Amino acid sequence: MAILIDKDTRLLVQGITGKQGMFHTQQMIEYGTNVVGGVTPGKGGEWVLGKPVFDTVARAKEATDANCSVIYVPPPFAADAILEAIDAGIELIVCITEGIPIADMMVVRKYLDQSNSRLLGPNCPGLLTPGQSKVGIMPGFIATPGNVGVVSRSGTLTYEAVFALTERGIGQTTCVGIGGDPINGTSFIDVLEMFEADPLTEKVVLIGEIGGDGEERAAEYIQKHMTKPVVAFIAGQRAPEGRTMGHAGALIEGGSGTAAGKIAAFEKAGVRVAEYPEQIPDLLS
Amino acid sequence: MDLHEYQAKRRFHKFGIPVPLGKVAYTPDEAATIAQELGGLVVVKAQVFTGGRGKAGGVKLAKNPDEARTHAEAILGMDIKGHKVHKVLIDPGANIKKELYLSITNDRAARRPLLMCSAEGGMDIEEVNRTMPEKIVRIHIDPLLGLRGYQIVEVASQIDLPRHLWRQFNKICRALYECFTQSDATLCEINPLAIVEENGEEILKALDGKMSIDDNALFRQKELADERDTSAEPPEEIQAREADLSYVKLDGQIGCMVNGAGLAMATMDMTGHFGEAYGIGPANFLDIGGGAGPEKVAAALRIILADPNVKAILINIFGGITRCDDVARGLLTALDEVKTDLPLVIRLVGTNQEEGLKIIEEANLPNTQGARTLYEAAQKAVEIVREGMN
Repeated sequence: MAILIDKDTRLLVQGITGKQGMFHTQQMIEYGTNVVGGVTPGKGGEWVLGKPVFDTVARAKEATDANCSVIYVPPPFAADAILEAIDAGIELIVCITEGIPIADMMVVRKYLDQSNSRLLGPNCPGLLTPGQSKVGIMPGFIATPGNVGVVSRSGTLTYEAVFALTERGIGQTTCVGIGGDPINGTSFIDVLEMFEADPLTEKVVLIGEIGGDGEERAAEYIQKHMTKPVVAFIAGQRAPEGRTMGHAGALIEGGSGTAAGKIAAFEKAGVRVAEYPEQIPDLLS
Repeated sequence: MDLHEYQAKRRFHKFGIPVPLGKVAYTPDEAATIAQELGGLVVVKAQVFTGGRGKAGGVKLAKNPDEARTHAEAILGMDIKGHKVHKVLIDPGANIKKELYLSITNDRAARRPLLMCSAEGGMDIEEVNRTMPEKIVRIHIDPLLGLRGYQIVEVASQIDLPRHLWRQFNKICRALYECFTQSDATLCEINPLAIVEENGEEILKALDGKMSIDDNALFRQKELADERDTSAEPPEEIQAREADLSYVKLDGQIGCMVNGAGLAMATMDMTGHFGEAYGIGPANFLDIGGGAGPEKVAAALRIILADPNVKAILINIFGGITRCDDVARGLLTALDEVKTDLPLVIRLVGTNQEEGLKIIEEANLPNTQGARTLYEAAQKAVEIVREGMN
């Protein structure tokens, strides 16, 4: 068992003929992900890396019965790509694209809420179920199968934490990147709920950062609803107020969204908080 | 990206919001000429990206062109909370009866735009929020439906706006929302939205204006992107933006170069953690992004080295899809181009880390240490700066 993706996931790649799309499709196929096709408007009928390319997501779904889609489309067209996947009835949509205007995401999120699709991201590294499937850009070698669920707002920081776990012989059920944008499709709580319900996941690692109140809400959820132990790490303790730290969502506004506030919320909820990423494995055992 | 008051007000005017039709002056003489053209009472206002201009003496009333010149002389070049004043706005004076507050911003938690209005205008809205939050009316706007007429009536009624101004208020609210969406703004603020008397009639006028634009939307807001005022930014931040690097200047001594925003923040935190007791900390936040080649690394190095506070450089790279040996070669190419005598701590971890570290070792770079963990790398960088202090 795992959450969201496994060896039966049938993946479609939106933007498969682009440089990023093609490179990561190759990586995903090598990892063992079942890529069933791709979409690039105007390139329907072509083949890329042995996979058929379609003009629209709807056509691609009809032909391949895909249940998951990953988006490597530049920011001006990314919102459209997500909406198209929602309309085609794709169950899980993973958007890697960084830099989508917030106004676009407000409309997308509103539309998403009225659909049966789940969106992961945008501005996320995707997700990985070790030994089964990876969707997105996470490097495969960092992970190994096991019983720890990982959920994070960051990319390389997740790799760092997962790699530290793997090096210590601690495997993972699924590693999920929810993305660093202020408005996204899947929250910490959504993923925590899935880990709590997943019989194979025994412990959870949560990696957060400054900005917004996703971590505070997660802390409250953990205290009220979770039986499995959670270890957290929060990046951005030295971040100045009012400055965006790389991720569009990593911003302290009017004194709220600070690392200190998030750490305090977790500690109050009985969650152990690591001082640095490499300490996470120590706190899990 | 922030707009100056005069830029925001021009934009408001374009969408049909009444504003004072003033002009910008760069010299005291220009200020006098504009005051002469406008005639009568004028306001001389410093154009800087910070609040509290009034308290700092950056906003002054002038009765005639000579006074406007004198005030402009005092205000131009003034330092307001670290922001140097390069230009002043000369606005015609207004006969103010009452000051309101009106803004539209994005409510991240509600994932919708939020309109805020208060009858307590003119003062800092954060202050109003602290002391009398019940005086602020908040209305969420559905991004698919837009701002509706009944919502505006609700606001007007809640702030007890005199009935004869409702029609104008409705028009201004609609125009502000239009301006907000059409500009990809993250903030449109009018403080004060004043009730002023003109020719014996009461009208609503935006006497001040503030706008911030979503950086991610600048690709489709070319006109606004061209209005960016870089004179207020540190030169390194301009360079970083041009090289497509995320950079925030801080005041420590350890220059950090990291791939990934989260890891870059964690690196900052760790150097601060070890260095705090000695007054040592990160000199910057710098994310070179995934798969950065030698050119980006070189640009990042140049930006770090331009900061005279930097006494040591910490390079922390997690090789995911990018291989550490490629990163190591890129680093050497960049170091060949951008020479430095500063000590370096290099941490490469992930794909082909051994090969990467070997390339660094074999290059025999002077003054360079390798590190295996983030913990070790931060500790070493702090230690180097400490030694240099003694």
